[in-house]
Amino acid sequence: MVAGKAARAVSRLRGGGSALPGLVAERVDPGFLAHALADVPRGIVVVSGTNGKTTTTKMLVAVLRAHGLSVFTNPTGSNFTRGVISSMLGQLPVNGRLKADMAVLELDEAHALRFAAAVRPTHALLLNVARDQLDRFAEIDHTAQLLASLAEQTTAGVVLNIDDSFISRIRDRVADGVPVRYFGVDASIADRLPELQEQDVRFDDDFRPPQAGPDDGLLKPHDERSFEVLFGADGTDDHVGPLELQQRGLAAMINATAATTTAKMLLGADFDPVRAQAALRSVTPPFGRGEVVMVDGQPLELVLVKNPAGFTVALGTYGSTPVSTMIAINDNYADGRDVSWLYDVSFDSLRGRGVAMTSGVRAYDMALRLQYDDVPVDQIEPDLDTALDAFLAAHPEEPKRIFCTYTAMMSLRRVLAARYDLPDIGEEAQ
Amino acid sequence: MSNQPLQDIDVAIPGEPEGSAWVPGPEQSGKGVINLVHLYPREMSIYGDLGNTRCLAARIRRHGYSPVVHQHHPGGEFPAEPHLLVGGGGQDSGQVRVEADLEHIADRLRELADAGTPMLMICGMYQLFGNAFITVEGTRLPGLGILDVTTQGNAKRMIGPVVLETEFGDVVGYENHSGSTTLGAGQPAFGTVRSGFGNNGTDHTEGARMNNVIGSYLHGPILPANPALADALIGMAAERATGRPFEAVTQDDSVADQARQRQVRRLVR
Repeated sequence: MVAGKAARAVSRLRGGGSALPGLVAERVDPGFLAHALADVPRGIVVVSGTNGKTTTTKMLVAVLRAHGLSVFTNPTGSNFTRGVISSMLGQLPVNGRLKADMAVLELDEAHALRFAAAVRPTHALLLNVARDQLDRFAEIDHTAQLLASLAEQTTAGVVLNIDDSFISRIRDRVADGVPVRYFGVDASIADRLPELQEQDVRFDDDFRPPQAGPDDGLLKPHDERSFEVLFGADGTDDHVGPLELQQRGLAAMINATAATTTAKMLLGADFDPVRAQAALRSVTPPFGRGEVVMVDGQPLELVLVKNPAGFTVALGTYGSTPVSTMIAINDNYADGRDVSWLYDVSFDSLRGRGVAMTSGVRAYDMALRLQYDDVPVDQIEPDLDTALDAFLAAHPEEPKRIFCTYTAMMSLRRVLAARYDLPDIGEEAQ
Repeated sequence: MSNQPLQDIDVAIPGEPEGSAWVPGPEQSGKGVINLVHLYPREMSIYGDLGNTRCLAARIRRHGYSPVVHQHHPGGEFPAEPHLLVGGGGQDSGQVRVEADLEHIADRLRELADAGTPMLMICGMYQLFGNAFITVEGTRLPGLGILDVTTQGNAKRMIGPVVLETEFGDVVGYENHSGSTTLGAGQPAFGTVRSGFGNNGTDHTEGARMNNVIGSYLHGPILPANPALADALIGMAAERATGRPFEAVTQDDSVADQARQRQVRRLVR
């Protein structure tokens, strides 16, 4: 334990990432997680799926805290088991047991299972399955299997995406007596789902999607920004909103619906729609999810992209406002080492204004991809720091946006944080 | 609900203009019409392999020919005069869905392969073009037998970036397969592995070539960063389509060349 804490202090001093101290603790004591979470009385909730984990986790934690609960979470977006241990180390008392009412943990699919092997979650919220980092998960079917195994090991409640049949069919794998809730979209916007999620090619089986019940939350948008979450037919049983989020886009609204449905399941009769609404309104976008940095009087947005569904949603959410655009693609493990997925995204929406800069280890592959969509590219510079300087210098009087993969974002964010006002990762105001 | 089938509707190929499946009139067909067929785009193009079709169609236009992009779906009518065929990788559930149709069009595909029709079959479709796939449990699933290769299912996946030496120069891409493929005696490989696993991780071979049929594990997708390979396929298709030698237009491939050469420098020591 002391070893892990010392490593955390050292890596903080060096300004390093968040996984290193967790790695040390994992080596020191494999039973660490079970011990640390043994005194968390009201539940251990795992949030998993391909897209929206960080945003949804942040929203769920905000809603629970607004109801007076103390909640432990891993807010760094470091959604591996080691990241959980790492964020825990800073908060542990000397006996090594976490003092909190509830733990809400964001974990990717593979690590969620590793976590469940150490600590069985009481609740699981499963968001979606899309092609992401296939070199780690290999195939969508396999990813869906990982999530199904997680659901099987969950002891008190599972929340599933009713619109993603990879996820909704997991209902059949949940243990007897463990209740299942669903979140999804209202029939009024069902036609927009294909832009958000993967096609399930197993369409010749006899799977019948579930019907939403009184405890299942459905998203009903009113316009581009405002929406409600309805429980029961047209909200007869309960509703949250109308409200506006700080983060833009349909994907964020669906995340809010997932978080609200889960909070209602966790809180039961204590759930208060007014508190939930206020909490959701106050949630700032997690770093890299539409986070805005003011650079010499002009906004610079950082948008994390990591898979075709996510990049397509990001282009749909942000693509329409005219800004100067940079795209930074790295191919480290955390980015996904295979960049093939860029050919499953349409970049048509960037054709009119073009792309000012491509950067990252795969800068030339990105530029080549844009060539095939007839999107003009002004400059190609693999070195991120050089590219950022050139991009900022070439477009001083305009709003700017950078679409970037995970490690490219971490690197760009470090440079921006040193120069401009930007909260440190994991130390955002709650 | 949302994941309902769109059985009769083609898959969107990012970048391809609307109507690229239409046959142009004689005044719009340039140096000639080239029929490009993508086999099972819905089930078998999981890792960006649609990008190969986009790349070929775009380059066919740049060379002054007219592509007609035909998507062949299971149960659909196979096009009458294909000049160039492509296929990609899929997940197991996708492969199961195409097997019956593949059996149905098998004779036609063999006939086209024997006649010298260029084809590029990636990953899962490469395996299906071989003699057989033997599952981890030992079940033998017969393939088309167009390429003399046999694939053994494996618990371990071969994953990572790849550099090959081929008759088209260095070829870069990304492999992600659990099948371990062995070439039959006398079956030439598509390339020699300079970095990566290749067919089986042991004999330094990658892919296979028979006549103008190329099978390979390489995604990337393989063609955009390796334009020499793309143009070789287009050249063969153009000759078959027009009966005349390929009339290429010089292309500016500097970005593709940079993308490829940088990968070679990173990976080959």
